Amino acid sequence: MRFWKTCLAAAALAAGIAGIGAGNAQAEDKQITLCWAAWDPANALVELSKDFTAKTGIQMKFEFVPWEHFADRFLNELNSKGKLCDLLIGDSQWIGGSATYGHYVKLNDFFDKNGIKMDDFLPATVYAYSTWPKGSPNYWALPAMGDALGWVYRKDWFARPELQKEFKAKYGRDLAPPKTWDELKQVGEFFQGREIDGKKVYGMAIYTERGSEGITMGVTAALYAWGFQYQDPNKPYHMDGFVNSKDAVAALEFYKSLYKCCVPPGHSDAYMTANLDAYKSGQVAMQMNWFAFFPGIVKDPDVGGDKSGFFVNPSEKVEASTLGGQGISVVSYSDKKDLALEYIKWFAQPDVQKKWWSLGGYSCHKAVLEAPDFAQSAPFAADFLKAMSHVQDFWQEPTYAELLQSMQKRVHDFVVADKGTAQEALDKLVEDWKQVFIDDGKLTE
Amino acid sequence: MTDATNIAPSGGVAQTERPQRSRTSPIIGAKLKGLSDRSIAWLFISPTILLLLAINIFPLIWAIYLSFTNYRANKPGVPVKWIGLRNYEQILSSEDIWGYLQVTAHFVVFSIALQVILGFGLALLINKRFKGHATWTTVILLPMMLSPAVVGYFWTYLFQPQAGIFNYIVGFFAGIAPDSFTMIGDVNLSPWAIVLVDTWMWTPYVMLICLAGLRSIPDYIYEAAEIDRASQWRQFWHITVPMVLPFLMLAVLFRAIENFKMFDMVVDLTSGGPGSATELASINLKREAFENWRTGYSSAFAIILFVTVFGAANIYVKFLNKVKQR
Repeated sequence: MRFWKTCLAAAALAAGIAGIGAGNAQAEDKQITLCWAAWDPANALVELSKDFTAKTGIQMKFEFVPWEHFADRFLNELNSKGKLCDLLIGDSQWIGGSATYGHYVKLNDFFDKNGIKMDDFLPATVYAYSTWPKGSPNYWALPAMGDALGWVYRKDWFARPELQKEFKAKYGRDLAPPKTWDELKQVGEFFQGREIDGKKVYGMAIYTERGSEGITMGVTAALYAWGFQYQDPNKPYHMDGFVNSKDAVAALEFYKSLYKCCVPPGHSDAYMTANLDAYKSGQVAMQMNWFAFFPGIVKDPDVGGDKSGFFVNPSEKVEASTLGGQGISVVSYSDKKDLALEYIKWFAQPDVQKKWWSLGGYSCHKAVLEAPDFAQSAPFAADFLKAMSHVQDFWQEPTYAELLQSMQKRVHDFVVADKGTAQEALDKLVEDWKQVFIDDGKLTE
Repeated sequence: MTDATNIAPSGGVAQTERPQRSRTSPIIGAKLKGLSDRSIAWLFISPTILLLLAINIFPLIWAIYLSFTNYRANKPGVPVKWIGLRNYEQILSSEDIWGYLQVTAHFVVFSIALQVILGFGLALLINKRFKGHATWTTVILLPMMLSPAVVGYFWTYLFQPQAGIFNYIVGFFAGIAPDSFTMIGDVNLSPWAIVLVDTWMWTPYVMLICLAGLRSIPDYIYEAAEIDRASQWRQFWHITVPMVLPFLMLAVLFRAIENFKMFDMVVDLTSGGPGSATELASINLKREAFENWRTGYSSAFAIILFVTVFGAANIYVKFLNKVKQR
């Protein structure tokens, strides 16, 4: 009897283990992996995606990589045809390469079949995050995270009567969020080296990072405002007189003057996190950063609430902002494309998009952005809308990485390392870029 | 009689060992019995050799092949073209590349010079066996036990002009404001910043090797010198230095190879900036290979670096052997 009892128990245990195994296998079959950068909006997406799992039973797994390694890690994954990511929220610059080399699934038929209309999304975001060739109706991503470069300032410092008075006496106007680059510099100079609450503070934190894309994103904020164009609109890939135009030289010189006059000491290799740190620790009066970080600033115990205000990228000749943000794509090497598409279908719904915005993600859906109360929904919402209406992006060519690395080197050499003149830096940049396009067969020697 | 005694020859083997031999399968044992010592040696090392061929030699040969092509890892569909020596021509005629090599040479030469002087000096001190010398040895060794990436991050904070302790110390002694200079943001100071950090981290390593050299010198040589009334300086110059020299040269070789391929610490510290002031050859190689995806070009660059280090190391080792034979 004892023997039979033991056998029965063993059989039950084996069945249990087998059951668990089968359950796991089933759960894995109904699980997809979403890859993105590790930052606040990604955490919001985890929260949002719980609704997707509840509705469809499809489990979500997330692979988030810090920004410094984001491009390296996931471009490597795509180039090696890896199956890690079923869905990828990839940088806007990747779209050209990913479409050309077949990393992303083309979504046109899927959109048509499921009634997903690109007209429902802000045109600038569709153009920037979804299309390749640029502006064509070939969609490789759904606009997922709208983003642009904006500015944050210490509203509480600006509001101090003694500073207001001193500023007005010096510059003949109120100490207010700057509208032009000259005003921005004046404010920066005004705060540089000043003592506030017993602590030495500085003018502003701008992007100066050398390793990935930092200084390019910062410099282009000035270049675009001076009317910069990457190429002759009538003669694609011809850059002489555009990239190195007089206005471009002036903008680059101006950016360098900001670096020289108004940043904290040692702010020579700074990107998103360094700027946030400088601002949150009360070192600077202003910082340039992506709108994606602004919900975090509003919630911050030290600088949040009424202590911070926001403004769009100042204009000079035109109104323009550097584009950030990304679209969500289905990776063509995934074995679970159908489940990944299911996610995109769910994510495109207006209600989901509304919740996405409320959680801290930047929806690109018109149902959210054009809602009457949108501008009042957050302290930075109106500025975000304004910025998104005149964004410009870096090259989205398949060779974007080489183009980016050249620009990083040339502008960092000039702005931070004091090497040569702005004209020389941009002339060299044109030479570098020409070579890249010659090698890519888009220009002839 | 056990099976073991049937298999193994009994001559010279103690009876107590025989039962252990019985664990060998009679068939394998019989087969091994017919093999020569040399064959058995090959049998044991062949898996390792195969592994080495697969993960070291094959990639090297593949990289040599790629260096003559226009291959790009991010363009899998594009046909690979044989372009002869064009990659090598491009690299050797590039002003930028010569600039990166210059930066690398500066880093290698100055960091090793400092490490040798300081490492040797510390080894002489520790060798005195003063009270607590063991504790001090441990304390001195701590930096080299850290990860280079951690060291890079750690020193970015120390070099921070407003809050970093380094600027405060220098500012205090030099009588200048701590935030009036920036070690890693200044194009003139940043090459020295990476030399300084590397020296901080790896001087203990040189010290250890020198200490081994110093401890290997027999006491009777110094006793004989004392009897001959040789001064401390003469003892140092004619006994200590020549006898430690081979060890020192070995340390230089190891450090030179390591510093030539230095990457992580410098990337975390300066990202190769400001501008390209600290862009070492290895950092540029990584940018070309995994950011610009110019695989063929970067393979050629890697081969050039490999040949340079390998050639220089060989010449150096020959010189080292001569010194040892003296």
